[in-house]
Amino acid sequence: MSYRLGVDVGGTFTDLFLIDESSGAAVTAKVPSTPEDPSVGVLNGIAKVCRENNIAPGAVSHVMHGTTVATNAVLTGEGARVGLVVSRGYRQILHLARSWVPGGLGAWILFNKSRPMAPLKWTVEAQERIGADGEVVQPLDTESLRRELAVFGAAGVEAITVALFNAYTNGSHERLVRDIIQREFPHIAVSISSETVPELQEYERTITTVANSFVKPVVSRYIRNLQASLERQMGAVKLNILRSDGGLASADMAAEYPVNLLMSGPAGGVSGAVWIARQAGFEDIITFDMGGTSTDVALVQQGLAQVRRETTVGDVCVRASSVDVRTVGAGGGSIAHVPQLTKALRVGPKSAGAVPGPAAYNKGGELPTVTDANVALGYLPASARLGGDMQISREAACAAVQQIADAMGLPLMDAAEGIVRIVNENMFGALRLVSIEQGYDPRDFALMAFGGAGPLHANAVGKLLGSWPVIVPRGPGVLCASGDATTRVRDEASRTYIKLFAAIDSAELHSLLDELHQRAAATLDADGIARSEQQVSYQFDVRYAGQALEISVDFTLQELDSGGLAAIADKFDQLHEQFYTFKLDADKEIVNIRAIVEGKAAVVNASELERLPGDASRAVYAEENIYVNGSQSVAKIYDRGKLCSGDRIAGAAIVTEMDSTTLILPDHAGEIDRIGNILIRPVE
Amino acid sequence: MAAQIIESGTQAFNAVDVDPITLDLIENGLVNAREQMDAILFRTAMSPIIREQRDGFPVLTDREGRLHAGQFGSPVQGFLSLYDGSVEDGDVFLTSDPYACDGAVSHVNDWLVCMPVFYRGRVVNWSAMFGHQTDIGGKTPASMPVDSTDYYQEGIIIPPVKIISRGELQEDLLKLILHNCRIPEWNGADFNAIVAACRTGRNRCIEMCERFGVDVFTSALDSLLQRNHASMKQLIRDTVPEEKVHFEDYICDDALGMGPYRIACDMWREGDRMIFDFSGTDPQSIGCVNFLLSEQMFKMFCAQFMINMFDPDVLLNDGFFPLMEVRIPEGSLLKPIKPAALNGRTHAMGRIFDIISGLFGKSNPDYLCAAGFSSSPHFMFSGYDGGNKWFLLMQIGFGGVPGKPFGDGLDGHSLWPKFKNIPNEFLEAYFPIRVDRFESIADSGGAGLHRGGNGVRLEYCCLVAGTVSIHDDRWFTHPWGVKGGRPGARSSKVLVRADGSREVLAAKKDGIAVQPGDRIIFDTWGGGGWGDPLQRDLAAVQYDLESGLLTETGAREYGVVVDQQLQIDKPATEKLRASMAAERGECELFDFGGDVQQLRQRCQEETGLPAPRPPRFAEIGLAKLGADARTRIHSDKPE
Repeated sequence: MSYRLGVDVGGTFTDLFLIDESSGAAVTAKVPSTPEDPSVGVLNGIAKVCRENNIAPGAVSHVMHGTTVATNAVLTGEGARVGLVVSRGYRQILHLARSWVPGGLGAWILFNKSRPMAPLKWTVEAQERIGADGEVVQPLDTESLRRELAVFGAAGVEAITVALFNAYTNGSHERLVRDIIQREFPHIAVSISSETVPELQEYERTITTVANSFVKPVVSRYIRNLQASLERQMGAVKLNILRSDGGLASADMAAEYPVNLLMSGPAGGVSGAVWIARQAGFEDIITFDMGGTSTDVALVQQGLAQVRRETTVGDVCVRASSVDVRTVGAGGGSIAHVPQLTKALRVGPKSAGAVPGPAAYNKGGELPTVTDANVALGYLPASARLGGDMQISREAACAAVQQIADAMGLPLMDAAEGIVRIVNENMFGALRLVSIEQGYDPRDFALMAFGGAGPLHANAVGKLLGSWPVIVPRGPGVLCASGDATTRVRDEASRTYIKLFAAIDSAELHSLLDELHQRAAATLDADGIARSEQQVSYQFDVRYAGQALEISVDFTLQELDSGGLAAIADKFDQLHEQFYTFKLDADKEIVNIRAIVEGKAAVVNASELERLPGDASRAVYAEENIYVNGSQSVAKIYDRGKLCSGDRIAGAAIVTEMDSTTLILPDHAGEIDRIGNILIRPVE
Repeated sequence: MAAQIIESGTQAFNAVDVDPITLDLIENGLVNAREQMDAILFRTAMSPIIREQRDGFPVLTDREGRLHAGQFGSPVQGFLSLYDGSVEDGDVFLTSDPYACDGAVSHVNDWLVCMPVFYRGRVVNWSAMFGHQTDIGGKTPASMPVDSTDYYQEGIIIPPVKIISRGELQEDLLKLILHNCRIPEWNGADFNAIVAACRTGRNRCIEMCERFGVDVFTSALDSLLQRNHASMKQLIRDTVPEEKVHFEDYICDDALGMGPYRIACDMWREGDRMIFDFSGTDPQSIGCVNFLLSEQMFKMFCAQFMINMFDPDVLLNDGFFPLMEVRIPEGSLLKPIKPAALNGRTHAMGRIFDIISGLFGKSNPDYLCAAGFSSSPHFMFSGYDGGNKWFLLMQIGFGGVPGKPFGDGLDGHSLWPKFKNIPNEFLEAYFPIRVDRFESIADSGGAGLHRGGNGVRLEYCCLVAGTVSIHDDRWFTHPWGVKGGRPGARSSKVLVRADGSREVLAAKKDGIAVQPGDRIIFDTWGGGGWGDPLQRDLAAVQYDLESGLLTETGAREYGVVVDQQLQIDKPATEKLRASMAAERGECELFDFGGDVQQLRQRCQEETGLPAPRPPRFAEIGLAKLGADARTRIHSDKPE
């Protein structure tokens, strides 16, 4: 018997998802997280899930894990002391960035910028220059470089990045610089931009490589510790980490290129949603993951999440592929306020966070949050357990929301409903970005809601979007863990190759694609995945010659061989028209080429729910007065644990479970499917 | 003349009550729509100016053309009053004539597209956008000849025309226009991109009509106007004094060797209304530096400046316009008479921001900021690459953001919203040029408690023979400091020939012939400092020193003494600061770095260029302005 295990470490709980590889059957467990050392919680959880299911820990062969360690290092600024080597004349590359001031006219008055991840005082210039065509314009002055490097020794830097101008065309100077650094400082890790991200645009390439160095020590320490702990408990076990693009990386590759992990957390949610949706018979979904301070949304078509060629964390934007998750800075904890001047109702961007939290939690919060509005309206009943021990005070929530009602001259309930409608509108804006703005009609998609607050808002958001059914899976934490466990091992290799279609030499192109294939496959080879188990596909980033953003066009070698570049050009035209409403009669050029290699997906079946006689009323345990669409009504409250496959719940209704609460609106009904999802649809 | 709107629908728009929440939802929807218009434009435009530097601006208006989303005022009212023809569903209009749209665009490089939004046969909105076209023909590449004396010399001028008629592109018309441009494929693609962006705006408006009902939607637009009116009324009452505040600043020269040109404004409040009076401004120039200042645009700039402090989430619209009156004398630099040349208008446009900053800062010293990077200096390089392929590179430079009450000015950033620099690797990959240096210039930001941002140094190395043009300013006058803050450093351009010889270049110059290996060192200016530099936190000074943003010499301005390792010597610093403070006395509110007379005297020595001669103004402007203006100018300018 062998098992694979998915582990998701959340702020409160660590969720586990264990799969029997021979039968595809899965079981789950949940234990408290241990923020000081997350591996303790992971090991506790493994012990629990094995004990409860009579499985020897040694039988687990693979552990798959999504982590926010890299993300947090960037957000808190607590990463490594990074030294940077740049070309002559470019010392301030990170300081000047792209000269961009976010916001509208006059936004500079209030804008203060954070300091660069590699400080200027630890940035040195190498006297050298490569031209745009890859030719050496000025050879590297190794003597002066050695003198300059002394600053790194004195400063005690922990990682060094080399990002030279035009290195995407010729990395030889970067490699020379690396050799010299390694001789001077044999114990310091060195990243070079021509290996980390060999693509055009000096700032983006530099910041990506620096971000990699910045998070590397903390991520590799975390992964090493986790691997060692796992081995102590379970013997030989393979650890995989979920990448931002939804693929799995080996522990070694993850530690080497942690810049690919910045969206690992959200990618787990999306992968889990994809898996659950497929089990429920849906291939086209939009995910809606609403938490306390932010909300992530993504679009999945034919079971594949859209992947974007950049990753944004806080105010850092790097060139690394990630699942195209758009984040809105609004969630359950977002604070509502009414500026004196305009008397308009604004929700966010400030959040009450975990401390002091919403007023309803009685932890010292007094400002009205979205959660307070939900409590005041009765959507989040006092009987909801919020993970077990949290007490909810409707009185405190009403007192907080009353501040808004007073400021706007509205009745309390109308103010509360206003807050919910505004925040739903913000969600609608984000969901529109991933659907309508990309040329997809949201009415062709189901909406999958998870996260602490997602199921409360999903019905209303589904209504705005016209996306049915709204799917609320069981246990939002387990969703991420199941995503970790059910996705595939993946790696990619890419390079800049700027060529007009007409100027492409087919033999050269094939040999470059093969080289990229070999590079990406090497990672999977090292992971013990046989070539016969590997699937390769390719991608060109294409644009009209001289246009801004490229569109990634996917294809296989067979497609290229049979249809030639013309087929790819057609595909590009179609995509351009879909995204931007027009296509041009202009020359096309390739900018980047890429090979993507994936292992096989595990076959896993979600556990089925019992079908019992009787109806959903067996799960009703209370009633609540709720306020919706400007009037009062009564909603039955259901215990999700008692619902069975085939049950039907008429709205208005509230369904509670350990870590989430679902609201079904009047004129809508929820149906429990085979695997326990609630499928909400409007009643005809 | 006025446009005739042909509507197939007859249903009236009924005014209905809109609850405050729905109002906020619709405001939100307008914000989203504007952002989506931007997103589409930047993704699909082809010229680096629009797509990398983001020189394009969306507008959504209501049925009457009153602005509901956008930063530069509504072009639609001007268009509707000046267009002589019909407006039907599916029509799209195009113009680039500043004189035919009330200055909604300010030079003929800006192409403005206006699209009526029809819902059930009736016009409910207008969706519009303008973008800067890199080249529109004319005598110089990039179409900004510094020696032009009327706007006919500046490229093809497109009067308001129906470029798409009931959904049908007027291909011959577009062909005619594109045929006059040096890089027609950019113009064509950028035109498409602007139209696509307008369509996105249109679709969002139609969706809101569907979702909320057209009566609620149009009533909400009216309510949003009223809400803006009420907010601004309160803000004006609370923050604008009744006594006159006067401020003036200059643009340095007109490319013809004359300058500086004064822009002067008085601001005061009468009851609920604000008055801006530009009567002290110089007459129009015979050269290219005139700026047809749209009153709407000026009102938007002022309101944005005020609202940023109090509810930055407010979506500004036309609602407050009746509360502001802008008086610009006809025939002046800011209201030139057609066909005055306009292509060098960027300098006066930028300087307007310093004027606004100075006026509001004087009346409300808590919010006073220093002078900043108030322009968009242009660098243009054209020629033949590899013998047969003609190229044109145009780049807009950035500089020092002003010192401000809330912190230091940023080094080498854009004062304009959305603008980003073009990646130098991109330039090198597509143009025969190398950018050998890209950094902010140490010490160029004005010293202050909060220092001004440093200007930028770009060192270009030309790889083929070609022609360079430059549009720049603030080489003669200083970006001023405030509250004891020092002025920022001025701009300069130096041509270093392959043989090592050096030549200081004038700020505005065309036709600079370059050979392979010639270099241009393009220094933009720094931001002025804010507050007393002798009070600046020593840790901040130390950071700047270690980071190479400040040198030992620059540190002296802060009364800071450093050792050989650039570490601050605290006892020596305290002593120096005390003696400098005693010597200096009280700080003035503004530090202009000298008056015009003094600047003239020091000009050659400090800048390497002769001082500009006092301007000879355009006769037509003088005649329009009348005898008063003539006398005043003569008493001001004794030379």
